[in-house]
Amino acid sequence: MGTIFRFHTDVDTDQIIASQYLLYPTIDEMKEHTFESLDPEFAGKVKPGDYVVAAENFGCGSSREQAPAVLKALGVKAVLAKSFARIFYRNAINIGLPVIVCRDLYDHVKDGDEMELLLEEGLVRTGGNEYTCTKLPAQMQKILDQGGLIASLDREVE
Amino acid sequence: MGATIIEKIIRRNTGLPEVKAGDIVTVQVDRVMIHDIFIPFVADKFEEMGFTRLWDPDKVVLIYDHLVPASQVDDTRHFRVGNAFAEKYGMTHVHRSDGICHQLMPEAGYVKPGNVVFGTDSHTTTYGCVGAFSSGIGYTEMAGILGTGTLWIRIPPTIRVNINGTLPENVTSKDVILRLIGDLGADGATYQALEFAGDTIESMSLASRMTMANMAIEGGAKCALFTPDEKTAEFCGISLTEAETSLVGDPDAEYVRVLNYRAEDFVPVMACPSQVDNIHPVAELAGTKIDQVFIGSCTNGRLEDLMCAARILKGKKVAPFVKLIVTPASRKIYREALANGTMKTLQEAGAIITHPGCGLCCGRTGGILTDGERVVATNNRNFLGRMGTSKVEIYLASPATAAVCAIAGEIVVP
Repeated sequence: MGTIFRFHTDVDTDQIIASQYLLYPTIDEMKEHTFESLDPEFAGKVKPGDYVVAAENFGCGSSREQAPAVLKALGVKAVLAKSFARIFYRNAINIGLPVIVCRDLYDHVKDGDEMELLLEEGLVRTGGNEYTCTKLPAQMQKILDQGGLIASLDREVE
Repeated sequence: MGATIIEKIIRRNTGLPEVKAGDIVTVQVDRVMIHDIFIPFVADKFEEMGFTRLWDPDKVVLIYDHLVPASQVDDTRHFRVGNAFAEKYGMTHVHRSDGICHQLMPEAGYVKPGNVVFGTDSHTTTYGCVGAFSSGIGYTEMAGILGTGTLWIRIPPTIRVNINGTLPENVTSKDVILRLIGDLGADGATYQALEFAGDTIESMSLASRMTMANMAIEGGAKCALFTPDEKTAEFCGISLTEAETSLVGDPDAEYVRVLNYRAEDFVPVMACPSQVDNIHPVAELAGTKIDQVFIGSCTNGRLEDLMCAARILKGKKVAPFVKLIVTPASRKIYREALANGTMKTLQEAGAIITHPGCGLCCGRTGGILTDGERVVATNNRNFLGRMGTSKVEIYLASPATAAVCAIAGEIVVP
């Protein structure tokens, strides 16, 4: 089980990690500023295995891969949203952060709720209910299964 | 069955004459762009992946623009890493202070009609202005392309936007694309291509088309596409052949949506804080006091934008307490604006003119604002915290609107 951190619609990449922190040399230094403009306490509160749940268009805006990278570095197990912006979605898969389209979840949970994700089955369990998630396209599932693009390209080279 | 522009480009690129929207294909990449913010990350990933050579050094362009000139000591690390990477792998296309990446890529001839181009920046959609498929990606995927020269993509379905008629005076392509984003919503075109057509589009300059392609991502679009014409050919330094003119959406192509606009219906608009799709007519906002005006960026820092502002500012003065900051999008534009007197006019009106670069637009270099301040800006994003603290109000507008606001010290209709 992990705790839900619930965010609104159109969360942009500047809100996930602001431009001024992109100059930090490592993701570990950057991650302390995740969601800073929305919730300055976020990086201190989130624990490995927790989840980010959002409404529509999560991760819109810039192409910065640091946005999924800081979430992964903080131990966020998956992001579940009604929909995702395109570049964020690809970037997340490429670094091995599960991003899952789950249309019904957002409206039935609140910040701080506990949930469980069964990634293989595409199922979320929370508050005694189950929610079905949309499966990834095969090409993306393959990359995610192998742990991201680096591992996937390694596999092809072999 | 006809095809959309994106389907035609992908069919040509892959040699697969039957592929259509929704199909997943591997494309051969014609050109890539990496900018200074992400080069250290691309370099790390490239070596982590075990590559020892670039697939084609001639196809890789490195542009320093977000951090030029450096405003913090740490910025210089990005130049050192970039220079070392370029030298180690034999890259020759390195621009260290020539302007903003999205201006330089088409301006310097790196992008031609029908090309497939990727960049480590979301506004890479800009090159659709010449009829190229171009889109933003992250640094891990960029590292993969540098090693392999390929990328898998899903061919996007297309939203066709037809605009016909004559735009009213002081209404620019910026007002058109802002209105469209407002109508579509910030995710209205996610995973889709925007294809523009109609006589209003045909009569637009390349620079005006660039503004629209640049902002396609603000509606979530994967790319924006314009059919190449004589203006495109002149801009790209090529002669127009069937290869270019055939990049047109067929009448019987399959579109997910078709939007029809009358040019006469457009009015000057602004994107209000803090979403690009929060669009209102300028007239509704009139009288709102402002602290700063910014004219520049890869959206509206071109010669026609600066000349438009200069026409309005000629013989006038920027309001006391308002800072007007003007940033030409490239060194070439800067030179041209100096040569034709535009810079003199702007300077005499009280403008602060800066070197070409991305600094202001992403809140990195100069022109930072603080809590409670308002800025009218010609760039493409008004997100929270983008140009200073998270309590700065950013209003996005055309250069014409920005210029009249600078004189009045408040929001006024151009």
